[in-house]
Amino acid sequence: MTQIIFRRLISIIPVILGMTILTFALSHVVPADPARLLAGPRASAEVVEKIRHDNGLDKPIWRQYLSYMAGILRFDFGQSFSSFRPVRQDMAEYFPATAELTIFALIFAVIVGVGVGILAAVRQDSWGDQIGRFLSINGISMPVFWLGLLAQLLLYQKLGWFPFGGRVGDEAILPPTVTGLLTVDCLIAGNWPTFLDAVQHLILPAFVLGLEPLAILARISRTSLIEVMREPYIITARAKGLDQNLVIFRHAFRNALLPIVTVTGLLVGYLLSGSVMVETVFTWPGIGRYAARAISSADYSAVMGVTLVISIIYLTSNLIVDLLYAKLDPRISFK
Amino acid sequence: MSNKTGFAKFKQQFRIYLRGNMLNLLPLLILLVVAIFVIFGDALLVTYDPIEMNLMDRLKPPSSAHYFGTDEFGRDVYSRLISGTKISIMAAAFVLTVAVIVGFIMGVSAGMQGGVVDEILMRITDLFMAFPSMILAIAIAATLGASLQNTLIALAVVFWPWYARLVRVQVLSLREREYVIASQSLGATKMRIVFRHLLPNLMPILITQITLDIGYVILSTAGLSFLGLGAQPPTPEWGAMIMNARQFMRESWWYTTFPGLALLLTVLGFNLLGDGLRDYLDPKMHGT
Repeated sequence: MTQIIFRRLISIIPVILGMTILTFALSHVVPADPARLLAGPRASAEVVEKIRHDNGLDKPIWRQYLSYMAGILRFDFGQSFSSFRPVRQDMAEYFPATAELTIFALIFAVIVGVGVGILAAVRQDSWGDQIGRFLSINGISMPVFWLGLLAQLLLYQKLGWFPFGGRVGDEAILPPTVTGLLTVDCLIAGNWPTFLDAVQHLILPAFVLGLEPLAILARISRTSLIEVMREPYIITARAKGLDQNLVIFRHAFRNALLPIVTVTGLLVGYLLSGSVMVETVFTWPGIGRYAARAISSADYSAVMGVTLVISIIYLTSNLIVDLLYAKLDPRISFK
Repeated sequence: MSNKTGFAKFKQQFRIYLRGNMLNLLPLLILLVVAIFVIFGDALLVTYDPIEMNLMDRLKPPSSAHYFGTDEFGRDVYSRLISGTKISIMAAAFVLTVAVIVGFIMGVSAGMQGGVVDEILMRITDLFMAFPSMILAIAIAATLGASLQNTLIALAVVFWPWYARLVRVQVLSLREREYVIASQSLGATKMRIVFRHLLPNLMPILITQITLDIGYVILSTAGLSFLGLGAQPPTPEWGAMIMNARQFMRESWWYTTFPGLALLLTVLGFNLLGDGLRDYLDPKMHGT
């Protein structure tokens, strides 16, 4: 196993290198004047010149790439001109909120999505299955930002069932930061009132963010399970007179798991990019909202920093999926 | 069989597509309405000029004068929504035309040439696909500058690698088929093989994928406009309308609700159609 992990880690190095070349091209080669982009739309000519010099944008392109890479290795994504702080510092502050939202949305999507998928596969072509198909296509077709706004309009403004905006209410007593995940920190500190408040604040955004992944997982697990259910060993298991639930969970589901795990890995990327819109709608203080605000103020370093960080997390989640494969399916040899 | 008319054949195929499932009829109805909006919208269906302001009529609720109410500049939401249909459809058409043509050329080159060409082209697609697509689109659109045109370029850049992959895999399997080898041994040029033999066989799978992607492109365009990257005011684009409506949501529910509903229904239409087409074209799914 350690050998597999090692080999996989080596194999993503060229991909990360390629990624940095692409983001470098986007930030240094594509724009007519990269210094102007970094300085922002309102900067004076002198400031632009200073930024050009400070960032080495007057040097040859290969030297620029080397210093860009050196910066990234130190997690240096430049200076945000809207917050007047290093982008790294901004992201360190906002990232835990995004992580918490993404984790909750993913847990919600996996549990409900896979559950619905199993039910639909077992009762294939029933009315329930048809409704499930229709609803899951609806989930995939839903504009998340609009759903977020509607949820607010209905569940917060009209009915008042959920609190709105931010991670906790104004009066909440915050626990000392350990993990950065507010709910976990509350549990560690035994701070129950704030924990409940934080969970209440999480429900709506996590539901909205998790809905499309839920729909995708429901469809994938349905298809995958239906395919497995036609395999000879399932028929054998049934012919032996095994209990239906035992056949589904012991024999079929385990084998249907591979595509589900793959898609879950891919969905991490979806969730992180979706957070840009969902966090904006719910004023959730994460890197998604940070990126959205950076876009509207044309804060270029911040946009590129978020792009790289989210992409590297996405790459890592796919790496983890690859490794899970080896655990789940012994036939897969990593040659 | 040969005396069967084209219409009878169409009817028979249509019945297979429906498979007794009325759910497969729904997308056709939705898309018929969308097509009517696109073709006749600006000429016949709009009741007001979609970009003309009328500050006397600010944020009026739906009425017989304004079916879907008015926005903060007194513009008719219904007329803007109808007019926006064309923008969304044209956006998807542009993005997918570029993505499919580039993807097709890359995929065929990789699949037919093999070797180093294949290796290089596939590593390039790997690279683009290593990013979450929406994030890459945001980064490109932000670099190029906020405008609808730049957003569409960004989306085309994000979408082509998927088509290159799809085409390559198909080409790899098709080029081993007997009729292709036969045609090759008769001295057919590569161009002839691509257009006479590969393209027709690729069509069903390409059409299904395009149908499924139209919805996704429409959603992404609206999403980028919602973030302020895409369509700029006063363009009546759905995502941009929802972004503007956000600050008036508390008092003017109609302003947020209708553009989103239009977006949802249009995307739903394409996704349901794509889903139905996939089942129709996949022989494994027949009879399930």
